[in-house]
Amino acid sequence: MKTKKQNNSHIYWNPYFGGFLLGIIIIFTFYLTGRGLGASGAVKSTVVTIVDQVAPTHAENNTYYSQFLKDDDTPMNTWLVFEALGVIIGAFISGSLSGRIRWRIQHSPKISSKRRLVFALLGGVLFGLGAQIARGCTSGAALSGMAVLSSGGFITMLAIFGSAFATAYFFRKNWI
Amino acid sequence: MGPLLPNGFIPFEWDSIIAIIIGIAFGFVLESSGFSSSRKLAGVFYGYDFAVLKVFFTAAAVSVIGIYYMDYLGYLDITQLYIHPTYLWGAIIGGVIMGVGFVAGGFCPGTSLCAVAIGKLDAWVYVFGIMIGVFLFSELFPLFEPIYDGYFLGNITLIDSFGWNPYWIIFIFAIIAVVSFVIADIIRKRVKKVFYE
Repeated sequence: MKTKKQNNSHIYWNPYFGGFLLGIIIIFTFYLTGRGLGASGAVKSTVVTIVDQVAPTHAENNTYYSQFLKDDDTPMNTWLVFEALGVIIGAFISGSLSGRIRWRIQHSPKISSKRRLVFALLGGVLFGLGAQIARGCTSGAALSGMAVLSSGGFITMLAIFGSAFATAYFFRKNWI
Repeated sequence: MGPLLPNGFIPFEWDSIIAIIIGIAFGFVLESSGFSSSRKLAGVFYGYDFAVLKVFFTAAAVSVIGIYYMDYLGYLDITQLYIHPTYLWGAIIGGVIMGVGFVAGGFCPGTSLCAVAIGKLDAWVYVFGIMIGVFLFSELFPLFEPIYDGYFLGNITLIDSFGWNPYWIIFIFAIIAVVSFVIADIIRKRVKKVFYE
């Protein structure tokens, strides 16, 4: 059994099992805290903190950064930052148990590592920008929004998947 | 009685501890479901792997059924929960930009954090990209402010928007999810296999 696992380190859980557990986690999150999950919020807090450290006056004068600055505390002290730290720990534990931890660049054999990294950077920039405009990403807006039937959550979910399917053709060389 | 923290059933000091524990469970489930692999995630857009669709919609259906059932049983008061606000054009335009980012980068922020944890360098670059995206948005905030703050419809739900009965919405949503899983399996059998980890 153990050797089988080592040879097939890319074998994952049944998606319905994973989805069911994820749904239970969302229920518990709302039951305990009254809010949903998130991911992009933690990156936003990191950017706000860096800008505040490098150029404090600039951060205070900016209408967006200043919303997240507190007089007596760091912008990192938010629920989502602790949750994101947990995500990294949890993923590391799961990856360790299945032997998936190593430094590498994952890409289709048809493209170069450099091309993969360029598109990863571009995708990150777009996702970061879009998540600010929509006030949340796939976790915070779409998934946690849909869990409480938020209209905005459903709209964002449809927009994300709709535009991804619509533009998939132009990025096909990267994946298939 | 729920939500427990806002109503004082759990002391406020536990807030950050609970955040880390929930995060660990979230990250563990995402990684175990294969969401640290960009090639698996992108499969949904080309029909060779529907894990994203299956995990995402199963989670959405389970959570909405569970939350409304706990409300029905009196354990949780839905009116006290945070409803993601609806800024109509922000949700649409932001979502469209995120969709392009998803298929270009192969991750969304949550899944990229999982991939960062297991050493995928493309995910490190992706997260750095998110930071640049947030930075650009903040620096150009006056440009985006009209769609960020405009077209605000309130913290509304589908019940407010359409006047539908929530239980019917959830029932029909669950049916749509199951039908989409069946269609996904039919499509996957017809699409050329792609091998990846």
